[in-house]
Amino acid sequence: MKRRWTLYDPRLAWLLVAPVLLLLIFFLVLPIAVMAAYTFFTFVTAGVETSALTTANWHEFLTDSYYAGFLLKTLRVGAITALLCGVLGYFPAYFIWATTFKHKWVLLLLLIVPFWISFTIRTFSWINILGEQGVINVALLKMGIISEPLPMLYNEGAVILGMLHFLLPYMILNVYVSLEGIDRTLISAARSMGCTSAQAFREVTLPLSLPGLAAGLLLCFVLAAGSYVTPQLLGSGRDALFGNLIYDTIMGELNWPMGATLSIVLFLVLGSFAAIYTRFMGMSQIVKGLGG
Amino acid sequence: MKARRKEEGRWAWRLTGFVTVCVYIFMFAPIVATVVLSFNASMFGGFPMTGFSLQWYGKLMANEQVLAAFRTSLWIALVTAAVTTAIGVVTSFALVRFEFRGKQALSTLVILPALVPETILGVGLLVLIKAVDQPRTMLLLVLGHILLAVPYVVLITQARMVGIRRVYEEAALSLGASRFSSFREITLPLLIPAVVGGALLAFTISFDNTSASLFWRPAGVETMPTQILSMLKISISPEINALGTVMILVTVGIPLLGGLILQSLTRLKRRDEPKEEAR
Repeated sequence: MKRRWTLYDPRLAWLLVAPVLLLLIFFLVLPIAVMAAYTFFTFVTAGVETSALTTANWHEFLTDSYYAGFLLKTLRVGAITALLCGVLGYFPAYFIWATTFKHKWVLLLLLIVPFWISFTIRTFSWINILGEQGVINVALLKMGIISEPLPMLYNEGAVILGMLHFLLPYMILNVYVSLEGIDRTLISAARSMGCTSAQAFREVTLPLSLPGLAAGLLLCFVLAAGSYVTPQLLGSGRDALFGNLIYDTIMGELNWPMGATLSIVLFLVLGSFAAIYTRFMGMSQIVKGLGG
Repeated sequence: MKARRKEEGRWAWRLTGFVTVCVYIFMFAPIVATVVLSFNASMFGGFPMTGFSLQWYGKLMANEQVLAAFRTSLWIALVTAAVTTAIGVVTSFALVRFEFRGKQALSTLVILPALVPETILGVGLLVLIKAVDQPRTMLLLVLGHILLAVPYVVLITQARMVGIRRVYEEAALSLGASRFSSFREITLPLLIPAVVGGALLAFTISFDNTSASLFWRPAGVETMPTQILSMLKISISPEINALGTVMILVTVGIPLLGGLILQSLTRLKRRDEPKEEAR
């Protein structure tokens, strides 16, 4: 039996979303589901596994402190990076929002530009700053302050610096978007009631911008904890993070079941942070932040 | 008392300005250093500058591997931009104009590829094709890039679509236009800024993608970022700095140019039809 098509027919909607739905099912949902199944497969030898079900991978993950150490280090580095981003990112966001500078679009554009520059290039460019022949060492040597180049590269500090560099624009834009949403008459009202500018900031502006700050913190934390390239380029072997562990397990050792297990662990851990966040804040703030 | 408070406020504002300037320097200093060093005559990729030279650009132009990687990335990015924009526009149209069951779930699902770490997406897809015993192909790599770009394109087009009132389309329909021509004649022209913006973003996301491409690329294929990564395994060289500079010119130049063209287009249009704006 054929029903006439109405103006906003749900069947037409399904037809329109069919491509994206197929893409998401085959490239996002199914892969994660199959990966979850793979965590119970048996590893035979490099590149070979059987579908005989086993809990050996999970057992190894849960008992070997090597993996727990990696996870904790990754979460610690992610948290430090996110907090530094929050502190350093709030000032520029506030400045751009509050400034009376006529061409503030330039400041905003400069925040978008890094998104266009290859992430790999932005990361390796730090070698030109921190390396033995980088700006800082060469300048200090020339001035005679040091006689040997300082080892600033290939340590955890350099990794965090690199991540800070690529995450700051996300943080600034997130905070800026939520500051833009504040009704400015509220601040004038607070001031006219006798608040100092510091009080008005503490009582009105800061609380109202917290959703943006929280979204920025979550985004920076998840992206930092999931990173692969930055530790690879700016860290030493000891500074490898969970993403590098996953890559080496799969591409190096060809241990697919264990690699799948580690991926699922990272997915669950980061996912639970995101779930806690959305439970309290909802999705809308993240969406706003991503849309710039 | 009051004077002192005012003084405090001024200092707080100065501090804010100072941190802002520092953050901007922090963001651009490494990039500037890379661009400057690409013109260094020295054999080593670092300071001090020993003279101005374009020789590294010449070396780059003669490097067959780099050129091949550049072509590969360019093609992938162009296809990704075109397909993602088309998918993004119809998806936003459905999400904004229609009511259907599961709409909320779908709009959350569409955002997910931007939030799940690329390493996980990379491994997942690889495990899936290993499970069904398929090889890694270019098609897979391109579809993967489309997945990574879709959230951003949908968000951009959706935001614009919300601002286009549906009465315009409905007016066209009531005057006898077909669904398709009302979309093509009314909705799409009003959506153009978001379409261009989304396409440019999809292009740069694809052209720039590193982590996921390391997992998905077919054996022996290098994209631009993976090529840079493998060149960096030896050490940083002036050639890499030159390559970085070329990439910056491409990925920053194209969107800036696009933005400028778009701006002058809308300005021209506004002059012709002063009350054309949708909102």
